[in-house]
Amino acid sequence: MTITRLFLAAATAAVALTSAAAFAQTKTVAITAIVEHPALDATRDGVVEALKAAGYTPGDTLKVEYQSAQGNPATAAQIARQFAGARPDVIVPISTPSAQAVVASTRDIPVVFTAVTDPVGAQLVRSLDKPGANVTGVSDMAPVAEHVALIREIVPSVKRLGVLYNAGEPNSVSLVKALKDEAQKAGLTVVEATATKSADAQPAARSLVGKADAIYVPLDNTVVSALESVVAVGQQAKLPVFSADTDSVARGTVASIGFDYRQVGRQTGEAVVRILKGEKPGDVPVTFAKGTDLFVNPKSAAAMGVTIPEAVTQRATKVVGQ
Amino acid sequence: MSEIAFFGAVEIGLVYALVALGVYLSFRVLDFPDLTVDGSFPLGAAVCATLLVAGVNPWIASLVAALAGSMAGLVTATLNVRFKILHLLASILTMIALFSVNLRVMGRPNVALLMQDTVLTPFYGLGLPDHVVRPLVVLVVVVVIVLLLARFLNSEFGLAMRATGVNARMARAQGVQTDFHIYAGMALSNGLCALAGALFAQTNGFADVTTGIGTIVVGLAAVIVGETVLPARAMLWALVGCVVGSILYRLAVQLALSADAIGLQASDLNLVTAVLVAVALILPRMRLKAASKKREAVR
Repeated sequence: MTITRLFLAAATAAVALTSAAAFAQTKTVAITAIVEHPALDATRDGVVEALKAAGYTPGDTLKVEYQSAQGNPATAAQIARQFAGARPDVIVPISTPSAQAVVASTRDIPVVFTAVTDPVGAQLVRSLDKPGANVTGVSDMAPVAEHVALIREIVPSVKRLGVLYNAGEPNSVSLVKALKDEAQKAGLTVVEATATKSADAQPAARSLVGKADAIYVPLDNTVVSALESVVAVGQQAKLPVFSADTDSVARGTVASIGFDYRQVGRQTGEAVVRILKGEKPGDVPVTFAKGTDLFVNPKSAAAMGVTIPEAVTQRATKVVGQ
Repeated sequence: MSEIAFFGAVEIGLVYALVALGVYLSFRVLDFPDLTVDGSFPLGAAVCATLLVAGVNPWIASLVAALAGSMAGLVTATLNVRFKILHLLASILTMIALFSVNLRVMGRPNVALLMQDTVLTPFYGLGLPDHVVRPLVVLVVVVVIVLLLARFLNSEFGLAMRATGVNARMARAQGVQTDFHIYAGMALSNGLCALAGALFAQTNGFADVTTGIGTIVVGLAAVIVGETVLPARAMLWALVGCVVGSILYRLAVQLALSADAIGLQASDLNLVTAVLVAVALILPRMRLKAASKKREAVR
């Protein structure tokens, strides 16, 4: 019996030791998003991928916790408090409201936000180069200038550019503002149409017929979720529809230069790794999402009465429908 | 559940307790199912945030926000009382209109307050940690409002309002101007919701047009959970029940957030919350049934 007891004691000690050793090396990263959404989910997966690539293995040296607010800002606030209390090594909020709730909840836990279009406007950081405090991150401001250039290359006759978005989505509004600046530089006028819910997307698209020479759909949750109805209007009215995101090209828009959100997530994950290795978030500059892919859909283009120039198809990352 | 998470749940529960009190006024006292709150809550946040950014004193900003909410309540009441639009529809009309109004008020969908002074600023740095300061300040506001509201509802005016909700025809026969009481009650109810929105914006660092989504559901759940756990005898206790219900609802959400331990995913959150609240509602009733069965068996 003494031997059994001795053995048990030794085993307990061994277990305690190994788990203590594992605990010492384990880093915890808490991720939260305002809602489940393909781009946001891909961002999250990208973060974890980058951590894996840097040698943090989930379940071994890394503990990843994920919470979704299911579209409810009060829940987002509560998740922020939960994370602040759990004291992970880094908190990664995805999207603007989630990031604001997290930043309001903690002044010392490092925060690396992502998929936020305008971090300074959202008061997450005071400056992009030197964020200071405990916050840094990655902005997913769309490459609007490149979009305008692409539209002009495919539709050279374009003078009036219609934009279809939900005025209630912060990211879309920032993007439309940027679009107006870029359009002005290119000598285009922007015609706006807004939809407050998915069902309004089609009537809003129709309102642009005759008023615009092409339609541009930003990465707007409301309009993108009703994209097929917008594409249908584009085909009926021979009005080419472009999107800010590449995923929408497969669903029928003519072309786009966009982010691979998994890549945005990886870029975010790299910032997380820097902080896990000991850098202060305030010293890590906010970066803009990189890695732009060009997707084209010649079939859709034909249905909407335009031909994609050979030069564009040549340099495309992906030609949809081939 | 960590200490910060617990205090966070209590804090958000206290903020939404004001919504619960508002919903109690419209739904229970006036018998007026009012969806305006989904718009008046973010309206309060929007007005308060815009004023704070403009440099207005936070308490004044919160008060103006509450007044703006009252105006929204008056619009719904006017549509219903004056123009005879069904109350549910009248409130839906105001609610959807408020979405655009809120965008106009803010000029953009999201106003950040992370670097602005709020009603909480003077209380930070008094020695207590932030996560304790926030619920304490909100608690003081809620206690004051519960006491004032109890007093109001027990006054002659308040009794007339309660009579309006219970039986408008009888109330009119007694000389109560029921229309006037509906206006007053709806203004008060939505003023409280807007004040909640203002506090939410200040404790969480942002006002966002989407913050209204589901407010009415949360308010109703708080009222009903409160009635279940604290069966009211006096008006004061009914109001306290709303506050307790709201906090319990948030603690249920907190539990649901930790449900991954039993194999549930983040995406199951709403379902888990609904189940927890449903269980909270069903259990006391089952207990009651069991008790009555026992009594019968004794007989």
